[in-house]
Amino acid sequence: MTLVLKGLSKSFQGEGKTEVQALSDINLEVADGEFVSVLGPSGCGKTTLLRIIAGLDHATGGSILLDGNRIDGPCPRMAMIFQEYSLYPWRTVLDNIAFGLEMKGMEKQRRREKALEFLELVGLVDFAKNYPFELSGGMRQRVAVARALAIDPQILLMDEPFGALDAQTRNMLQRELLDIWEKTKKTVIFVTHSVDEAVFLSDRVVVLTARPGTIKDMVQIDLPRPRDRTGAEFARIRRYVLDHVEKTAFSSKV
Amino acid sequence: MRYLRFLLPILLIIGWEVASWVVNNPFIVPSLETVIPILLHPFSPAYTLGTGSLVENASVSIQRVGLGFLVAAAVAIPIGILMGRSTLLNDFFDSTIELLRPIPPLAWVPLALAWFKIGLTSIVFIIFIGAFFPILLNTVDGVRSVKKTWIEVATTLGAKEQQIMTKVVLPGAAPTIWTGLRVGFGIAWMCVVAAEWLPGISKGLGYLILYAYNFGQTNLIIAGMVVIGVIGLLIDFVFKQVEKKWFSWRGLER
Repeated sequence: MTLVLKGLSKSFQGEGKTEVQALSDINLEVADGEFVSVLGPSGCGKTTLLRIIAGLDHATGGSILLDGNRIDGPCPRMAMIFQEYSLYPWRTVLDNIAFGLEMKGMEKQRRREKALEFLELVGLVDFAKNYPFELSGGMRQRVAVARALAIDPQILLMDEPFGALDAQTRNMLQRELLDIWEKTKKTVIFVTHSVDEAVFLSDRVVVLTARPGTIKDMVQIDLPRPRDRTGAEFARIRRYVLDHVEKTAFSSKV
Repeated sequence: MRYLRFLLPILLIIGWEVASWVVNNPFIVPSLETVIPILLHPFSPAYTLGTGSLVENASVSIQRVGLGFLVAAAVAIPIGILMGRSTLLNDFFDSTIELLRPIPPLAWVPLALAWFKIGLTSIVFIIFIGAFFPILLNTVDGVRSVKKTWIEVATTLGAKEQQIMTKVVLPGAAPTIWTGLRVGFGIAWMCVVAAEWLPGISKGLGYLILYAYNFGQTNLIIAGMVVIGVIGLLIDFVFKQVEKKWFSWRGLER
């Protein structure tokens, strides 16, 4: 599997007649099993980029190629995980996870068994019959991850999935996500504004500038996992990425 | 104070009884001894001036309301869903609805008589008008309150347009639609009493209390009003119980 973004751009009608360029000439190649973070200040269009890949928004220019085939619209080989408010409050945890399978027409017994496997993967088997409002924020995001994995996508698109969580829960879920990623061998495209998060998780960090969002730098991170946030090497890379982000943030202000 | 709610009704009953002694005119304030026997014999036509028992009249009224209410729901919910989903259809319907909505159901009586003559159709029409608008407006509201993320999740998990409707939009809007049904039924119940005052009607609780008035039997008027109140209360209670059981997630979306 390879995902290729070719000259992707997006503009939309702003107030009055002004055309706002949200993304401009995005070129990116994501390899099979790679963990790529898209890092940038808020308003840089990183969420828009992810939404375009997910087929929820349309690019105004360029193309997306999955194994050489152009895709345009939602694709069953990808699943998206949102920041919050994504679980269906009227469904139990198990039925939330089974949602995608239900859409495919899988019969009830089988999809529940399957959903239970993924519930196990995220360590929430005891909560199968609970409703989302009975869970903590971290648990809800675990369910969202399980639900995305249940349809067996090749690519996970994650839009600041841990952004609404407290720091501790956030760190815990990052470690769990890496475990799951190593077990399932999915490709992950992870949007975040946290340098720390990007450096901790990724094989590669893509730094986006603001308005128009475009790729300024890519940082390969070869640090072995599990990574030690307090280590000297981690701090060095973190500093390096931060410099890039700040540099691009300043340059885009001009 | 669990029992505080019973205090005022008890005081009112005592006050009523005292007033009946002081006024000493059963046409103005009939004593409880003349009202209670009627309520204690709901199946006996002997207490209702030969117009059929309380239960008989109540069941006629309930059937009329049920019919008008069901027709209103069957028309209002689909239109409401379309209006909630499509701004185009909303713009198309909205002005007409806003114009018709403030007209009280009873203002439609002369027109109902002109169109449908005296009989069931006229009554059902009045009830329909009463129940229609709350159901419609709540349905529109409910559909609009369905979170965009819920729909996008479904899209990325491979749901088709029709599945999004039945598995996301409808369940997401259901609590608000249910509120519309509850309010609509309450108004319909008020309308039936008035609609039963139309000429040529010879059954129903509304008819019964008007008939009792013509014979100066205020105790029967009171008994009829109590039955109307109790039935309204019971039905509202059922609506609320269903709401508690099925839609307890409302307001807890996270």
